[in-house]
Amino acid sequence: MSAEADRAGAEKDQDWFASAQKIYPMAVHGTFRKIKWTLLFITLGIYYFLPFIRLDRGPNAPSQAVLVDLEGRRGYFFFIEIWPQEVYYITGLLIIASVTLFLMNAVAGRLWCGYLCPQTVWTDLFLFIERKVEGDRRARIALDKQPWTFSRVRKCATKHFLWLMVAWWTGGALVLYFSDAPTLVYNLATLQAPVVAYVWIGILTATTYLLAGHMREQVCIYMCPWPRIQAALTDEQALNVTYRWDRGEPRGSLKHNKALELQGLPAGDCVDCYQCLHACPTGVDIRKGAQLDCIQCGLCIDACDAVMQKVGKPSGLIAYDTDENIERRVEGKDSVYKIVRGRTVAYAAIIVGVSAIMLTALLTRDYAGISVLHDRNPIYVSLSDKGVRNGYTVRLLNKRTHERHFMLHVEGLPADTEITAVGIEDSFAGRPVIAIGPDRTRELRVLVVVPDARELAESTSITFRLTESVMGEVVTTEDYFKVPRGEMK
Amino acid sequence: MSDTHKKEIDQISGVETTGHEWDGLKELNNPLPRWWLYSFYACIVWAVGYWIIYPSWPLISGYTSGVMGYSQRADALAAYDEGVSARSVFADQIVATALEDIPATPNLLEFAAANGAAAFGDNCAPCHGSGASGSEGYPNLQDDTWLWGGTLEDIHTTLLYGIRSDHDEARLGEMPAFGRDELLSRDEIKQVSNYVASRTGLETQDGVDLSVGEILYVDNCAACHGDDLRGIQEMGAPSLMSANYLYGKSLEAIKKQVHSPRNGVMPAWVDRLDEATIKSLAVYVHSFGGGQ
Repeated sequence: MSAEADRAGAEKDQDWFASAQKIYPMAVHGTFRKIKWTLLFITLGIYYFLPFIRLDRGPNAPSQAVLVDLEGRRGYFFFIEIWPQEVYYITGLLIIASVTLFLMNAVAGRLWCGYLCPQTVWTDLFLFIERKVEGDRRARIALDKQPWTFSRVRKCATKHFLWLMVAWWTGGALVLYFSDAPTLVYNLATLQAPVVAYVWIGILTATTYLLAGHMREQVCIYMCPWPRIQAALTDEQALNVTYRWDRGEPRGSLKHNKALELQGLPAGDCVDCYQCLHACPTGVDIRKGAQLDCIQCGLCIDACDAVMQKVGKPSGLIAYDTDENIERRVEGKDSVYKIVRGRTVAYAAIIVGVSAIMLTALLTRDYAGISVLHDRNPIYVSLSDKGVRNGYTVRLLNKRTHERHFMLHVEGLPADTEITAVGIEDSFAGRPVIAIGPDRTRELRVLVVVPDARELAESTSITFRLTESVMGEVVTTEDYFKVPRGEMK
Repeated sequence: MSDTHKKEIDQISGVETTGHEWDGLKELNNPLPRWWLYSFYACIVWAVGYWIIYPSWPLISGYTSGVMGYSQRADALAAYDEGVSARSVFADQIVATALEDIPATPNLLEFAAANGAAAFGDNCAPCHGSGASGSEGYPNLQDDTWLWGGTLEDIHTTLLYGIRSDHDEARLGEMPAFGRDELLSRDEIKQVSNYVASRTGLETQDGVDLSVGEILYVDNCAACHGDDLRGIQEMGAPSLMSANYLYGKSLEAIKKQVHSPRNGVMPAWVDRLDEATIKSLAVYVHSFGGGQ
């Protein structure tokens, strides 16, 4: 809170609510700014253009590399196709994502927040537009104090128009992940797309415009849970954007500190120029130490290095460093960097482990499937002549993109056991042969008859075996064959 | 807050206190962002708008209906009508398709099975059981014993007109009451019952002359149940060689049935259910596995 606001608060007793202070981040140039631009191009490039990548999957499947087909209940990611019941792959991805976040944090603090989070990336883009239209920090502060002249209105309108364009494109790109992208773009342009597409574009346009244009650091400080979690996860050996107070303090203007040096008194390297504060997109003073509001984007490092170069001092007064190192230097010891330590190894091991499990599951994934549900009522049917019949509801899956034929067989019962599927005429060696359409499931009622069940136990374990007719792919499942309690008549 | 309140700073955190104190603990004033307050006001405005637009407040005999006239019940009824019209497409196809062709058409089979299952639960389950396995006196539709035939066509006819129902086309067939009407004596009933029991694998009573029973069977029963005891379907006379007896398979049950037979009734459904439903029921019952 500013000094003015403090005084105002004291006058009207107390302030229960804090007004957001508008932040005017200054443009900086340097290593971290370059890294941020590069990552911005890569991440936004992926987001905006990924839906247009084509991949030929054959005649009965979409040719879009990344597609969430909600209507057809399929997810496509390049060569991976996910069915609804395989959503555990998503669980695996989420585990990997969260542990990766922990690992980033243990190695170098809020790498996600500073460089990769959509909120950061879009805010950066919106700031770039703002800077191009209205000028840098000083110009924008001055503009906000101007009366509403034509020039100010024009600049303001241009900025909001460009923001809305970016926001609209953001929403437009999102819906492309849920339908064939080129077709949808054409339909959107000719106003033939489904209403839900326009609604989602509208929602995403509104949120992007609001969050990246107007809310900015308020999202990080008040809406996001990660700063709180991050604070609980960090330790003294994690690299963080750090003001090296051991070198910077006592701070003072160049002239003041020179005078101190001449008197033989200790003087720090910090010239108290406030460039770090002016460069900060969340408006924090990094010299106060690690804090919740700091997203660790590294822009203060660039700002400070530029100043250090001008005043002829070594760079790195603000740098990625650890709390431990500052303590060590104060005690006159050398800095140490321990990237490989207990928690980073543990996080990496979890990531490798979960990835290996997922990869194994993907590589050994069945392209056919069978699940069987035994009839509950009746459990068995006694036939007129020593026979017993059991009924099953069987669901068969064909995950290939062409129609395939499968032979259904049951094992574990006498040789003269008959198996039929209601509505299926084709058979091979007395076993029903079932056609399943491309990328489809088929549910059937299957009847198993043991003509003479007198020798059978009350419950017999059986195996349903589904064999594909061309490649011989086999899937099996276990179930039971039940006969009446007691002796068969 | 009184006007005499002075701003107080907490020594440890450096944060202003609210002046509220409990047992020496003072509440710190970390002010909320003002836009939170505004979003709270926005929610209130939203709620008021909701009251105006949608049904919301209960009244003594009714509720405020809102300016849109929205009703969840109307939504539900519209969805129901949508379901009925979606169903009618298939129902029309079921009516138009010959009975024996339905099982070979996958989407019609699926519809008939679902439609039949629902109709079965509503109309048939009270007698035949929810699993269609019947009970004593009510035929098991799952097994392969059919009194009046188990082909699709036979089942369909039984469904339409019933058995011993009051419909003109009903299937008729009656077992005479040999005991009650004094057509056979007690001893003769014992002898013929033991004969049937001996042929169908049941224990017989000691000291009963089965050859007398056989003569009695040929004279009184064979006309309907056949010389080979395998019944005659056209007359609804069951096979006595089956493991499944409608009125129980034991010597006692056989005697009881010969003395005072029960002739159960199946209602005619032709005037009670529509054509598509009856056809669906026939396909559904046939698909249990006992169908011929």
